[in-house]
Amino acid sequence: MEEKQSIFKVFVNGIFRENPVFVLVLGMCPTLAVTTSAINGLGMGLAASFVLICSNLIVSLVRRFIPDKVRIPAFIVVIATFVTIVQFVMKGFFPSLDKALGIFIPLIVVNCIILGRAEAFASKNDPFRAVLDGLGMGIGFTLSLVLIGSIREILGANKLFGYLFFPQEFPPLVFMILPPGGFLTMGLLLMFFNWISHRRAITEAKKQIAAKE
Amino acid sequence: MIAKLFIIVIASIFVNNFVFSRFLGICPYLGVSKQWSSAMGMGLAVIFVMTMASFITWIIFNFILLPFEKIGAVDVLQTIAFILTIAALVQVVEMIMKKTAPALYKALGIYLPLITTNCAVLGVTLLNIKESYNLIETVVHGFSAGVGFTLALLLMAGIRERLEYAKLPKAVQGFAIAFIIASLMSLSFLGFSGLISE
Repeated sequence: MEEKQSIFKVFVNGIFRENPVFVLVLGMCPTLAVTTSAINGLGMGLAASFVLICSNLIVSLVRRFIPDKVRIPAFIVVIATFVTIVQFVMKGFFPSLDKALGIFIPLIVVNCIILGRAEAFASKNDPFRAVLDGLGMGIGFTLSLVLIGSIREILGANKLFGYLFFPQEFPPLVFMILPPGGFLTMGLLLMFFNWISHRRAITEAKKQIAAKE
Repeated sequence: MIAKLFIIVIASIFVNNFVFSRFLGICPYLGVSKQWSSAMGMGLAVIFVMTMASFITWIIFNFILLPFEKIGAVDVLQTIAFILTIAALVQVVEMIMKKTAPALYKALGIYLPLITTNCAVLGVTLLNIKESYNLIETVVHGFSAGVGFTLALLLMAGIRERLEYAKLPKAVQGFAIAFIIASLMSLSFLGFSGLISE
């Protein structure tokens, strides 16, 4: 029972409690750059998740053979290999998405989430857990990207996944799909999540005080 | 030639600023912009590494990868070759600096390892290839992109140092207010976009 619960925790950890975007604030460059629409966010999220899961698996499998001193370059080579695979798949099957994401597909290599998880989790845990962690983190990353992408696409282009969202007359707020809109959306969302966790902390503290009395 | 170089400099510092319009290097931009002095150290280290990385990756691309394009060297090896070059370059710079310029090493040393995973550095080398710049344009682009990044970093550090004394609601403290400030700065940098018509 104990074992099972902790495996479940490993999986859920990345989605909520340690969400890579809103809690750890990692991997900001692709998060802001490609989320001009929900579909771009989804594509980027899935591509990064694939690389994250595969690199977590490989890093965890070879963790005993890699000397400590060269581990970072070794991780980077593993990650870069999978990024190259993603590049080929994108170019072959999703050419329009490939064009929209552009330079940010090869830049998955330096996404801090992936290297961070390889270093902090996969290099210390067995393959099964590492894959679960990658899956959780990947889902958390993808969901966050789709959320930001949806907000920016609805407000900035009056569309969601390419379909009209509000009635035709609604004037789109072009500001939101420009770079400043990305920063603003991210700032306001962070503020919102901070506010929620702050309120939760306050109610919990009140409960504790009440229990003591 | 000179005119084109000048356009590259202005474009990469103001119009296509790496932080505010290309979204490259956001992590160090938020992480190291709490103090003016550390922002300065990080900025100088980035300028240095970006210039060197642009130079070396251009040579590697044109003299090692391009001759073997027929067997797929460009497609398969570009990303891996570039990131390994940057990682190795950072290590070498760190070692040389430690031996020859200990004072400089003391000032920049702790920022150097962070630069390997700075997407602005890999980004600038990939952009050089994408825009098919020649060697001089590549080096100038690398240097001025680094200057643009440093400018953004220093502006942010100046604001955040003052922000320490401001009374903010709990929810916006930390990263949230940093993003909102970045949004306003990015908005003002949009004003430069009329400078160059492409």
